Amino acid sequence: MPRLTPTPSYSPAHRFASQRLQTPWLLFNIVFSSGNVSACPQVLNKRCVDAAVMTGLALSCTINRMSLFDRKHYFYADLPAGYQITQQRRPIAVDGTLTYCFLGGKKRSQVIRKTVNIKQIQLEQDSGKSLHDDLRSQTLIDLNRAGVGLMELVMEPDMSCGEEAAAAVRELQLILQALGTCQGNMSEGQLRVDANVSVHKPGEPLGIRAEVKNINSVRYLARAIDYEIQRQIDILQRGGTVQNETRAYDSKSGETVPMRDKEGLQDYRFMPEPNLPPLIVYEDNASLPTGIDACQAVVVETIRKVLPELPSVKRDRLVQTYGILPEHSFTLVNEDGLVDYFEAVLKVTKMGPRKVIGWVIKELLGHLKQQDMSVSQSPISPSALAELLELQETGHISSSVAGQVFQEMWKSSGKTALQIVQELDLGLVSDTAQLHSICQKVVDSNPDEVRVNAIRNGNKKVLNKLMGLVQKETKGRADPVLVRAILQEKTLLKSDC
Amino acid sequence: MPYFPKFMVISNPRPLPLTSHLFLTGVISRAQPLRQSAHGFLNRCPITDSAVRRGSPKQTWQRAGAAHRAKVAVNLKGCHISTVDMLSLTIREVSSALREGRISPTELCRKCLNRIKKTQHLNAYITVTEELALKQAQEAETRLLQGAPRGPLDGIPFAVKDNFCTENIKTTCASRMLKDYTPPYNATVVQKLLDQGAVLMGKTNMDEFAMGSGSIDGAFGPVRNPWSYAAPYREQTEAAPDSDWVVTGGSSGGSAAAVASLTSYLALGSDTGGSTRNPGALCGVVALKPTYGLLSRHGLIPLVNSMDVPGIMTRSVGDAATVLGILQGLDVRDSTTVPAPSSPTELPEDFDVKNICVGIPKEYHAPGLSEETVVQWSRVADMFERAGARVEQVSLPHTQHSIVCYHVLCHAEVASNMARFDGLEYGHRSAVDSSTAAMYASTRHEGFNDVVRGRILSGNYFLLKQNYEHYVEKAQKVRRLIADDFKRVFSSGVDVLLTPTTLTDAARYSDFTQEDNRTRSAQEDIFTQPVNMAGLPAVSVPTALSRQGLPIGLQLIGPALQDKKLLSVAQWMEQRVGFPSINDYGDSSESRNNNGMTKREQTSAV
Repeated sequence: MPRLTPTPSYSPAHRFASQRLQTPWLLFNIVFSSGNVSACPQVLNKRCVDAAVMTGLALSCTINRMSLFDRKHYFYADLPAGYQITQQRRPIAVDGTLTYCFLGGKKRSQVIRKTVNIKQIQLEQDSGKSLHDDLRSQTLIDLNRAGVGLMELVMEPDMSCGEEAAAAVRELQLILQALGTCQGNMSEGQLRVDANVSVHKPGEPLGIRAEVKNINSVRYLARAIDYEIQRQIDILQRGGTVQNETRAYDSKSGETVPMRDKEGLQDYRFMPEPNLPPLIVYEDNASLPTGIDACQAVVVETIRKVLPELPSVKRDRLVQTYGILPEHSFTLVNEDGLVDYFEAVLKVTKMGPRKVIGWVIKELLGHLKQQDMSVSQSPISPSALAELLELQETGHISSSVAGQVFQEMWKSSGKTALQIVQELDLGLVSDTAQLHSICQKVVDSNPDEVRVNAIRNGNKKVLNKLMGLVQKETKGRADPVLVRAILQEKTLLKSDC
Repeated sequence: MPYFPKFMVISNPRPLPLTSHLFLTGVISRAQPLRQSAHGFLNRCPITDSAVRRGSPKQTWQRAGAAHRAKVAVNLKGCHISTVDMLSLTIREVSSALREGRISPTELCRKCLNRIKKTQHLNAYITVTEELALKQAQEAETRLLQGAPRGPLDGIPFAVKDNFCTENIKTTCASRMLKDYTPPYNATVVQKLLDQGAVLMGKTNMDEFAMGSGSIDGAFGPVRNPWSYAAPYREQTEAAPDSDWVVTGGSSGGSAAAVASLTSYLALGSDTGGSTRNPGALCGVVALKPTYGLLSRHGLIPLVNSMDVPGIMTRSVGDAATVLGILQGLDVRDSTTVPAPSSPTELPEDFDVKNICVGIPKEYHAPGLSEETVVQWSRVADMFERAGARVEQVSLPHTQHSIVCYHVLCHAEVASNMARFDGLEYGHRSAVDSSTAAMYASTRHEGFNDVVRGRILSGNYFLLKQNYEHYVEKAQKVRRLIADDFKRVFSSGVDVLLTPTTLTDAARYSDFTQEDNRTRSAQEDIFTQPVNMAGLPAVSVPTALSRQGLPIGLQLIGPALQDKKLLSVAQWMEQRVGFPSINDYGDSSESRNNNGMTKREQTSAV
């Protein structure tokens, strides 16, 4: 369940060595101004509300026309005001769904589609970050993100294994990135996921859950959940009971370990936030009361209109429009910017999409992954790749030469495919006389093969071998159609003699 | 940009952040306006009106007040005005003196600074910003000499309660917790005054974190009421000024004392349950609590967010209106602010009360209300009636629950608002560092006084999951009923309510400290605090001096956002009650023996 970790580990033995700031830092917050000594009235940042509504719409939520803010109290140094502003009573969006897919089946090529229900999306303030220095027995507090707005999404317990959860979170990441509401980087804490895991036998109610925190990648999420499921099953099979506790995932050992929890039971002493009046969002401009500026108000219809294409829609469109394989559509959509790249290449080449997808996924993405680069960092632009593919498609170069040219283009970016072809003299040899002499040479130096071919009256295997020898001679530049014709002519002629 | 510019107030501008769970039991009967004979609604009034009007000592003082105004008017025509005369003017008067060049802003500023020194025994100020004041006065002077003053407040000395943030000037809330806290920004209301060219004299004393009604529970000692040293009190009671001084009321006692002792023409207070009006009444100054949301709370260190409003203290109702005009309006830094109604500021000089209806809430005949206050209440009601206003008895049946309800809501919010003082980010931090929890505990024990700690404790109790519904939610429902009481009365044709501001005149410090803070707050806030529950505007107008020679104030309450009309009625009343200036009794407050009394006393409460 992606959400903020409200209660970090707590060690009474830790002293706080937070740098005292000369000025209250929270004047600069993104969402709420609060936490400095006067701290009184907070003001909501419209961008955060827009983002939450947009996310709610993307996840088919009901947007509450009125939502409320509450204070949640607990004493911890990462919370400068002593309370967190959240939406406990009435969140901004409720009752949504997230449909996600993953590849399953024996060959892992079967697309499995599942849905998880979204209970609610609420707006909250982020807390600071505690850094425990066990050596010096100190806790350092980084308050840079304290007070910044965050969305908490609460999912229903609809997922049954680590892989599903990982796929769901991955899909959520893609949606948030498409919307531009969150960059979704888990390792940088832009997206944080706490997993609540329980096990039960079919037909029985849900078991006691344990919450797993400290998960900072999608891969670890799957591992942490699967570990936790197995741990709980083991406990139950031994006749034990699962503790309702908070555990931390240790990525080194791949295990979950109990967190040092706060002492005793927390009573968050919720109360309505008195400085933020109820948040009202409007359905459309027509429903705006007079005197309210449309730019200042949050209007659902306006946000709905600018919703970008969501990943699942994009995948379906790619498969239908270009006839590519579903698994290829996943690869395209999963990589930021790759769909745009793919479509940009298609626009300026006559090569069919099913051929182009091979180039984009195998060559381009392969090279990018190898060097840990993003699509936007690619040294080969879509138009440059298109030019290369066009050379191949129009028969100026062979497919093997095209691969060679791609390598060259990657190394020395800026040069066009044509330049490389010319510089390295990689153009297709289609001069009949020249090809005739090369073929003759090959035929002459391989009399056995030629004989066999003659006996069997056009053996394909032998012909291919001879063709390979010709290509070897020409460094792959010979026009294969011509070579085949010449070879066939020569070997069959020979048998006639 | 410290804040993002695109903020929105998305909600309806309803000023009352109450829950929507209405407490719907009980049928509320309509107000029954009773046509009463002259004083019939004040059945318990033991002193007849005519007795009051004839020959008691206070009448002499009231006449003295009238004479004083005349004298000033004459003096202004000439060239010489004595220091104290100049200091006792209203903003409007001194502003025209400044424009006409009869006095310069720096001269005026120096006079006020001198007066602050002479009245140091009052303990009205926690911080005096002498250097800054002189610098600001100099700037005002330049503008005035160039004939380009910024407005009616240019060059006017003012004081600010020490719970409003002031840039680079200590803001202590009269607490050890913030003893050395210096904010990096100005509260919106402070900034607005500075933008007008007003000259900040200093930060005024108060009850710690504004929790109290005597201005005696602060870390810097109690504030003394300037009237303790004026002739009427001293002659009437033959009091020894060093032991028998009276309190200012609170919690904005320092601000009230600053205006009353002629060291500032204007002071900002804060009003959560009466903290501006109460000391305003006891110190004989005009004290306005505007409609909730009309003035920004940005930079006001909160007591109860849903009730706090910045309060305005001046020497005349007209001045309060001027200042209100400058301070009111939407603030992008405070989501609870509302746009100002069509520009008011100047009040009509010849307001006619003939067509207005003055309501007298019968429930305000509370136990403990002094006879003298009842007499004044009755006298002013008669005044209205004789001038042709309709005066009717009305009922606010839920007022009786206000105190209890206030305690729950106030303490709950206090518990929440005080949570930020943990010793980590700012303010006091205890030397105890054996563990985080121990550091928190000792920081808060050392930093807060008993009153604050007590409220935090009970507030957290009310907020516990198991108690929330029984205390906080119930109190919110009662709060709604109290607000509805007012709404009903105002929608039945009543324009303003006339009530006492306090039960009695100011108590002696020695008597006041007989009761604890909680009891005192419950007693003292009884007439003022329902107004905060409902978010309404109210103003305390100095009305007369008591037999002891101490001020008595009456309160006018108006419907939400009708602040201007309320002030118009208040000014009409002010013009007729003839309340004297403290200046009429000479310079007694500074001629006393300073021996041993000028240094700040530590209150027993810390």
